[in-house]
Amino acid sequence: MADNVTPRVRVPRDATAGETITIKTLISHPMESGQRKDGDGNTIPRSIINRFTCEFNGEMVIDVTLEPAISTNPFVEFEAVVPESGSFVFTWYDDDGDVYTETKEIAVS
Amino acid sequence: MKTKLLATASICAALTVPFGTVMADEDANLIIDGEIEITVRAPAPDHLENLDEIFSGWVYRATETQALQADDFENPGMIFVDSGHDLWNTVEGEAGESCASCHGDAEEMAGVAATYPKWNDATEEVRTISMQINACRTEQMGAEEWNLDKSELLNMTALLASVSRGMPVNVAIDGPAQATWEMGRDLYYTRTGQLDLSCANCHEDNYGNNIRADHLSQGQINGFPTYRLKNARLNGVHSRFRGCVRDTRAETYSVGSPEFVALELYVMSRGNGLSIEGPSVRN
Amino acid sequence: MNFTRRNTLWMAMGTAIATVLPFKAFADVDADIAAFTGGADVGSEGITLVAPEIAENGNTVPVEVNAPGAEAIMILAAGNPTPAVGTFNFGPLAGSQFASTRIRLAGTQDVVAIARMPDGSFVQASQEVKVTIGGCGG
Repeated sequence: MADNVTPRVRVPRDATAGETITIKTLISHPMESGQRKDGDGNTIPRSIINRFTCEFNGEMVIDVTLEPAISTNPFVEFEAVVPESGSFVFTWYDDDGDVYTETKEIAVS
Repeated sequence: MKTKLLATASICAALTVPFGTVMADEDANLIIDGEIEITVRAPAPDHLENLDEIFSGWVYRATETQALQADDFENPGMIFVDSGHDLWNTVEGEAGESCASCHGDAEEMAGVAATYPKWNDATEEVRTISMQINACRTEQMGAEEWNLDKSELLNMTALLASVSRGMPVNVAIDGPAQATWEMGRDLYYTRTGQLDLSCANCHEDNYGNNIRADHLSQGQINGFPTYRLKNARLNGVHSRFRGCVRDTRAETYSVGSPEFVALELYVMSRGNGLSIEGPSVRN
Repeated sequence: MNFTRRNTLWMAMGTAIATVLPFKAFADVDADIAAFTGGADVGSEGITLVAPEIAENGNTVPVEVNAPGAEAIMILAAGNPTPAVGTFNFGPLAGSQFASTRIRLAGTQDVVAIARMPDGSFVQASQEVKVTIGGCGG
């Protein structure tokens, strides 16, 4: 796996039912594009996060396909509707088969 | 244009960049997360003869780059502060100690980064904060030194900078540090390389002007370590000095050399009064 | 004006670089668009793309897309060696059809966003982003 891959997400702690909230996500990852060469002229193999998803209580919020043109340490910001209290599950899929997940609870009043 | 040097550079810029340059909002103010007020402009310290006002490099960046530093979540440098927190609490070395065992929370170190480089009585030398961290590791922890300007040490310096953000840079330049400071000042004003440029030619005589499409800053280092969009990682002060000196087409001093320690003290003193803002975001 | 040796050198360097600008697009973006739209007509209303007019560094360029009601939005960088950048598929709990990310641009070029609407229609927005070449940048 890529070294030191750490996901970070920012979700409000609470919301009112049906409120639209802003979510920001960032994962530390080199996003090696497959376009670069090393010092000996050999192509450095592609190694990227190729998919990111966010679900709330099992229902999809956003499903993103990422290509090598996404910057190092991929950042994605989007909005979600929160119908009830529950948990967001964030999942990042690495080219090398690793999957990174993060969970955030939100209380709806 | 302030001098002939940049008049020539501007010819070059006109040829290469027909569409103009990145515009920065030089009047913008930086408040991080709506809480930490960063002083990005200040009266020049008394020892600076040629400047009236000093400016953080943040002032010269494009609006989009400025915005990245105004929100800790959007600042990719804060990833490395998180890693620094992990290192802070990691027990290493024969003494079975972590940084936290002696110092408590990292937040207890607020203000420390603002005083480095700093004279060390015991070893009779000026130490950068990186040297001090390594001294702690070898002398107090019985651990290995970290490599200068490499990941662990950069992450730790980013952590120490982050807890001092908003506090004014205040390095001592007199007393036992004076000789080192004077050496740094001499280096700052010495022209080097095939392009025959000193630090001052760009960063004192021409800050605010464009060198091709780049908006020249005062070369302040209050924001280090800095996350650069160019290489998408943290960059240390001495590595940045190397890049600048190399671009004058000179042989550079090495990271951790006495020359760069002296230059770091001198350049840091030019920012006395600006806020510590590392990890900053630059282009 | 008088040309000193240094002036002339600077100018020669500038001209050499000027000859390779503006950035040349390597790849044809049309194939990617056709794959997404199936060749359908593409309108221009109801989608916004926000990107800087001039990017300070091509490594990290912030972009935002917003297409109210869209099922999916694809972003393309028309002048990159491979134009695909990413596709946002919005689920039932999406609070809007807005997304923001940071992308790599190999040079000055058009950034394109295309949205697929629930009725099977497509809308597109594009913006040129100029990527500056630094002075020295150490």
